[in-house]
Amino acid sequence: MRITVGKGSCGIAAGASEVFDRLEGGLLASDSFSVTATGCIGTCYLEPIVNVEADVEADTKVHTFVRVTPAAAAEILKFARNLPSDAGKYAIAPEDLDVLGGQQRIALRNCGVINPESIDEYMARQGYEAYQTCVQARTPEEVIEEIKISGLSGRGGAGFPTWFKWNAARGAPGEEKYIICNADEGDPGAFMDRALIEGDPHAVLEGMMIAAYAIGAREGMIYVRAEYPLAIIRLGKALEQAREKGLLGEGIMGRDFSFDIRIKAGAGAFVCGEETALIASLEGERGMPRIRPPFPAQSGYRRKPSNINNVETYANIPWIIRSGGAAFAAMGTENSKGAKVFALAGKIAKGGLVEVAMGKTINDVVYGVGGGITGGKAFKAVQMGGPSGGCIPASLGDTMIDYRTLAATGAIMGSGGMVVMDESTCMVDIARFFLDFTCKESCGKCTHCRVGNRRMLEILDRICDGHGQEGDVDLLYNLAVQIKDGSLCALGQTAPNPVLTTIRYFRHEYEDHILHKKCTAHHCKQLLTYTIDDKQCIGCTMCALECAANAIEGRFRQAHAIDQEKCDKCGVCAEMCHAVSVE
Amino acid sequence: MACGCAERIDEELLEPFLSQEGINAKGNLIAILQKAQDIYGYLPAEILAYIARRTGIKPAKIMSVVTFYTQFRLKPVGKNLILLCQGTACHVNGSTVIEGAIQDTLGVGEGDISPDGLFTYNNVACIGCCSLAPVMMIGEKAYGGLTKAKAAQILKGIGQEQEGREGQEGQGQAGREGAAV
Repeated sequence: MRITVGKGSCGIAAGASEVFDRLEGGLLASDSFSVTATGCIGTCYLEPIVNVEADVEADTKVHTFVRVTPAAAAEILKFARNLPSDAGKYAIAPEDLDVLGGQQRIALRNCGVINPESIDEYMARQGYEAYQTCVQARTPEEVIEEIKISGLSGRGGAGFPTWFKWNAARGAPGEEKYIICNADEGDPGAFMDRALIEGDPHAVLEGMMIAAYAIGAREGMIYVRAEYPLAIIRLGKALEQAREKGLLGEGIMGRDFSFDIRIKAGAGAFVCGEETALIASLEGERGMPRIRPPFPAQSGYRRKPSNINNVETYANIPWIIRSGGAAFAAMGTENSKGAKVFALAGKIAKGGLVEVAMGKTINDVVYGVGGGITGGKAFKAVQMGGPSGGCIPASLGDTMIDYRTLAATGAIMGSGGMVVMDESTCMVDIARFFLDFTCKESCGKCTHCRVGNRRMLEILDRICDGHGQEGDVDLLYNLAVQIKDGSLCALGQTAPNPVLTTIRYFRHEYEDHILHKKCTAHHCKQLLTYTIDDKQCIGCTMCALECAANAIEGRFRQAHAIDQEKCDKCGVCAEMCHAVSVE
Repeated sequence: MACGCAERIDEELLEPFLSQEGINAKGNLIAILQKAQDIYGYLPAEILAYIARRTGIKPAKIMSVVTFYTQFRLKPVGKNLILLCQGTACHVNGSTVIEGAIQDTLGVGEGDISPDGLFTYNNVACIGCCSLAPVMMIGEKAYGGLTKAKAAQILKGIGQEQEGREGQEGQGQAGREGAAV
């Protein structure tokens, strides 16, 4: 029997470390159980989470406790010792247990289950079996064939067939080849790769090792965001353990195959998620993309053939080799195989990390897995694919999760960020938010991206500030089309997508802002009007005292009024008094 | 001197790293700069010049890399570095309001040191705690579910606690050490 505590970044932020320390500190010599840290199980909204796993033979039941406070740790210890306790208060609700039921966990198969810092726990769950099978019993061509059968495509967003990249790198002339793992997860609102590395680093390493064997590489690199310190630590430990076991190094498993992996910490640049920019950054340069072809498979790191895949892509590989490509291809739709990890966030009741089979609908994820919208508000849209993606309106909620059907909506599958929005989210503001992000992250190489996006942002700024002009929407549209055509890399080519999709589905909101100077979501401050209901105002003077603009006038015990000329729309009055209404 | 600018910049602290075998190459410039920032809390001009001399990489080239990546700072920071998440989930849940509260409490804008030398805040892209949005990180600790009042209260709490043990930590460096509460 053992007790596990989810110690991913999100769990730690919610206080899991304190809970873990209390549990560990409270252990007695007579206890027959241990306390272990695991990665993120995915139900972030319930953190910190503690599992009490009974002996598998006697009782397979796992008792899950959620939102555990440090003080509750003692109760859980009592529970584990079969003593009367108050632990029941923290037991997971039956409807939350179901969350994992609607999922298909392949890449996340070990996340939240094993201790990510223990290679033995990984190996106990068939870890590194696939790698051994490949090196000892299969030719590189057979490995690539298996991946081809699986239909696995790049999980970083573009959805390019994985086998094709591997095959190209294998076929490229030259002895010196490289395997690169793209863990520069930069989309705001996405945390799949972080959780995967924190929860199961060996799965990613095993995928890279198999790829190295398949293409004939001797050296691998993982490019991780520096903002993910815990992921870097866990990868480092995993690499050491793999070397000790002889899984990395010279003459692996007695064969003529040598391979090792290094960690490279990124320095913060969204564009480095683009593969040629990532390579430039690995070489110590500014991370600016270059023209393809040649593709990295021909000329990548140090101008040598290199294979770059995303974290999640690699994490799928060991499962595919073990279970067979056909088993993977049996899941999903005609042109999207397997399952996909999504980071559910925003105005969603049960936010977290989920993995669902391709072919499920957006509604399945939002309502089925995510439990619907927080606070009972209306579902308005879901943003997929981050700054490169788009907003899909609630009316298209039955769209299948599939590379092609999602692309048809104007959004993309993307790397897996799914930010849910409700009626209080202003879609013009969301477009502005993403464009502000891409403007800051544009590397500046292409004029259309560098200057064009800036101009679009200025137009969006003025629309949100109430100075929108007739014709602005068409102007935005024209600029967007030109930026897409005139940019070299995916950042520029996709930067206008959030604007284009919001115009496509929420054009009326743009028109409300421009023509009627109204923000129906009550978000754009400059378009709001604050008024005091003189029937409800009791004349307490509090609002007048707090108003920094001195815009509220009125005498003690008499109704107050707001001078609209002076009001700077800060909203302090509305926050403190129900007599102030916002329109 | 909370800002640390009056302290002498000791080049020797970086020397052991630069002397490592294989490190002194163009391909490792980013790693060298990361190490330097780790040591000094930011990248002082003297150190950039020193790196240029030691590695033979042109100063303009080094500067072009430093200014490209958001991680690198050319100005010193307060004792506690606040990273305010501006990811999508935080934005949707009101991170701009939190930024206003931080500005009001500290009395400075992004990237500047508060008058008491204790804080600098930076807006950052997603720190990946989306389910706790809006979130800020101070040192290694993340604070989630923020409101205007809660953010102000947290900063005041840290401020009071650290002023209480003033003088114990003389090194006016970036907030890796002091923030744990």
